[in-house]
Amino acid sequence: MKSLKLIHKIGLIVFTIGFLTYLSLFFLGQYQLNKIDLKEAVGGQTFSVVDKYAQHIYGTKYDDQFSFVSDFKAILSQANEEIKSKFEISSDVASKIANSTEGNSFQQSAIEKVIGTPTEEVAQWQIKQLTDYTGWMEGREYESAEELVTQLEKVITDVNNSIISQKGFSQDNINNKAFTITKQSEVGPVAQNPWLWLLLAIGIPIIGAIMYLLPRLKTQHAGIKNDGIFHSALKNRGWIGILLGTFLISFYVFLYWFPEYMTSWIVMVDPISNILSGNPASQWFMYGFLYTLAILVMGIRMIIKYRHSPYQMVRTVSVMFFQLAFAFVIPEILVRLNQPYMDLKNMWPLDYSFFFDYRLNEMVEAGTIGLFMLGWGIALFTLGVPIFTYLYGKRWYCSWVCGCGGLAETLGDPYRQLSDKSLGAWKIERWLIHGVLVFAVVMTAAVLYTYFTGSSQLLGMNTYNIRAVYGFGIGSIFSGVIGTGFYPFMGNRVWCRFGCPLAAYLGLVQRFKSRFRITTNGGQCISCGNCSTYCEMGIDVRWYAQRGQNIIRSSCVGCGVCSSVCPRGVLNLENRDENGRFNQPSLVGNDSFGVQS
Amino acid sequence: MRNIVIIGNGIAGVTTARHIRKHSDDNITIISAETEHFFSRTALMYIYMGHMKYESTKPYEDFFWKKNRIDLVYDYVEQIDFKNKKLNLKKRESLNYDVLVLAVGSKSNKFGWPGQDLDAVQGLYNYQDLESMEKYSPTTQHAVVVGGGLIGIEMGEMFHTRNIDVTFVVRESSFWNNVLPPEESEMINRHIRKHGFNLKLEAEITEIIDGGNGRANGVKLKEGGELEAQFVGLTVGVSPNIDFLKNSELETDKGIKVNEYFETNQPNVYAIGDCAEFEKAPAEDRRPIEQVWYTGRMHGETLAQTICGTKTAYQPGVWFNSAKFLDIEYQTYGQVPNQPDEDIEEHFYWEHEKGEKSIRLVFNRKDSTLKGVNLMGVRYRHEVCDKMIRDKWPMKKVFQNLKEANFDPEFFKRYEVDLVGMYNERYPNDEVKVGRKKVLGIF
Repeated sequence: MKSLKLIHKIGLIVFTIGFLTYLSLFFLGQYQLNKIDLKEAVGGQTFSVVDKYAQHIYGTKYDDQFSFVSDFKAILSQANEEIKSKFEISSDVASKIANSTEGNSFQQSAIEKVIGTPTEEVAQWQIKQLTDYTGWMEGREYESAEELVTQLEKVITDVNNSIISQKGFSQDNINNKAFTITKQSEVGPVAQNPWLWLLLAIGIPIIGAIMYLLPRLKTQHAGIKNDGIFHSALKNRGWIGILLGTFLISFYVFLYWFPEYMTSWIVMVDPISNILSGNPASQWFMYGFLYTLAILVMGIRMIIKYRHSPYQMVRTVSVMFFQLAFAFVIPEILVRLNQPYMDLKNMWPLDYSFFFDYRLNEMVEAGTIGLFMLGWGIALFTLGVPIFTYLYGKRWYCSWVCGCGGLAETLGDPYRQLSDKSLGAWKIERWLIHGVLVFAVVMTAAVLYTYFTGSSQLLGMNTYNIRAVYGFGIGSIFSGVIGTGFYPFMGNRVWCRFGCPLAAYLGLVQRFKSRFRITTNGGQCISCGNCSTYCEMGIDVRWYAQRGQNIIRSSCVGCGVCSSVCPRGVLNLENRDENGRFNQPSLVGNDSFGVQS
Repeated sequence: MRNIVIIGNGIAGVTTARHIRKHSDDNITIISAETEHFFSRTALMYIYMGHMKYESTKPYEDFFWKKNRIDLVYDYVEQIDFKNKKLNLKKRESLNYDVLVLAVGSKSNKFGWPGQDLDAVQGLYNYQDLESMEKYSPTTQHAVVVGGGLIGIEMGEMFHTRNIDVTFVVRESSFWNNVLPPEESEMINRHIRKHGFNLKLEAEITEIIDGGNGRANGVKLKEGGELEAQFVGLTVGVSPNIDFLKNSELETDKGIKVNEYFETNQPNVYAIGDCAEFEKAPAEDRRPIEQVWYTGRMHGETLAQTICGTKTAYQPGVWFNSAKFLDIEYQTYGQVPNQPDEDIEEHFYWEHEKGEKSIRLVFNRKDSTLKGVNLMGVRYRHEVCDKMIRDKWPMKKVFQNLKEANFDPEFFKRYEVDLVGMYNERYPNDEVKVGRKKVLGIF
């Protein structure tokens, strides 16, 4: 027993060392720009321009990604400047064109006269642009020459403004190139020996975690062990919790918006990605890899913690399986087989890009398998949700299958008690989550409108903007930064409770048409509050239990922890006949009169 | 509009207030010196163990009281002037009442041991007890818990979470065997020892030793010898907390004397919960003083009817109770005697091979009807057990429908088959068949 406790403690130390190693990798990268990589990334004609400005850093070895990225972006900016001045149309072209047209009417033929013969690249491009931009002006009569000149000057400004996006590097393009190039320029220890660092920074923490967890099988009796949770600096918003939350939030900010700074972590998992899909790792592969590991390792913790409860064990094995197979391995194998990447258990509207043009096109073009994917994705939310939610409640998805739910139930389990149980929080929750559902439906409708009609304007709004706002606000900030980053502050289901549109949809079905409910056991409740405290969705379970009322709440994900932590056997998750589901509150045991609490 | 004043904000007093508010517009005031708001005292242990914060033990949010126009007074009632219907309070001016409800609860028993009033010698009943346990815990390495009951084992479990060594000193020959039958009691003995506690059965203390600083430092045992203890838990039951009412016009004995309507000898003064002592036990199988959470709640529900004009006698239904011994949950329904008498009862006792789960069904010999159910580590449905006992279900019907009674979560192994097997073995001419379980709960 003593040696097991020692292993437990050493495990924690090993884990901490491993985790610190992982963190330190962020600062361990070394970067050296390689001409071949740059040529490949930039391609063809523009390369000669970029190459000129890149000369001075080809040989330079950078010790940190920040100065490397900054210098690299500067190169592209310089290239942009040169390209711009090369293709720029001077403003006196406007009056020259105006002069060579007849009277005050505009003829496109004048363009070529002024600019010259389209033999050389710049002239060719300028003529093409001016012709494209002035198509609507052809033959138009202007009141005065000045007016025509003004109009032409506007056109020239527009053309000049499009130089960067057409010939140079737009901001998005710079960011993409920065990520690709930074990753390829890694020459530090991680790039030289990714397997070794994978072992040190990922393997060691896992070994430490396992050493920490397994001894509990012997040192702790099976049963509810929530000892010290509210005394813990990690689990009750203490300093460790704040540090962890800060790390998680920063991680998501880098992942979504600045992946070029976290390339060491990505280079490290290149070999794994190569084995699975045959491609080098992207930031999303790295994220999926860590996500899956977190669910697996913390899933083992969950199983050990709740080993007295077959319900919890089966449920945890289920989320571990769906994450590993459906979310991680199968999509990579699909890519290897040249099929569209798809997580077959992810579902619209959680998978909000399912109906985006590029994904629809990808599926339609992929033949039978692609069409199957399209049909499967639609069937999941049109048939799967109503049928399974009717039979078992929304838990069939949220706490058995879903990836977000899987992370919340495993990595997030230590923070479930931090959810707000107040009536006020419930009010905010209902407005927010149903608002997001409406937003998701409107956004998808707009996207489909554009897909089928080709018009990007709907009711005066640009559908691409709606979609971008959704992706940024809901897809990245809400579900990622807040959803997971706030585990140590607001509990493990912030996203699922306040933001997930699929949870809102499943919840509506669960509330109005389902066999699922949590039943309370007669008059046995002692109002202790364990159920409410450990409800990750912030449901005040006790409110119902102490008055003998079934708990039917759209938000309940059926994790079953309220039932597990109840010291008196009061709560049970059940699928039964719909009749009597909404029962009158009643407590068994007092025969003095018909007690309704 | 009457002024209804309730002394005590435990489950009995608060339930009374809530139920009065459902039927009347009277002014309701609850006075307590323990805490400002109602909390669940059954959850005191969870605060200490870090499972919950004090805030999470409040069954109602703080806005609840104002919304329901229930005034809360955080003060101590020093004396009651029954003639002038006036309460004298410690901090503020006196308060008048038209109707008074005494729901003042219990205090921990002390049986006159020398040293029982030393520091770090206490029971665990109220919030202040919890605070003083907190205060002494950091300087406690060894604790002795006297008494083999529900509070005692809670206290032991609490100390164990702080790595404090605990010895139980229990007068009985087996843990809680004045309530539990021998097998269940023995299961708890095993369970306690398996968790690393020292369990001294058939042992009593004679004195609590003063460490020289006014604080306990150990106990002397009747059998001889001493135990080191920087904390001595006295968990040998509780008794009505009525010292401040002695020498008043109110009739008291062990508790405040009440009839089946909770009426005391003073007009418009009622007593409920732990502090009430019935002139006549409310039912054959009940005691004159009822001291559990559930009875406190039922007293409150019933009294509210009377106060609101529907005079209602207290009529408890089928007995039930529950508890948790470390990791083993316990539920009981109906009557399960602690000393089985096979002449008047027939017992079916099943125990899991690992010895941490059991089911006991007790039938009356006379008419073969169900008398009581005892469960360790298995959950049963209150409604079903209540119905089976109340409606005097015959033995065969009980076994035929036993699986309906199970309340364990999904995927838990069901053991009703084993009990039916026991029945079929005993009554081979009148066998019960067990139905098949539905696939995925549907087909």
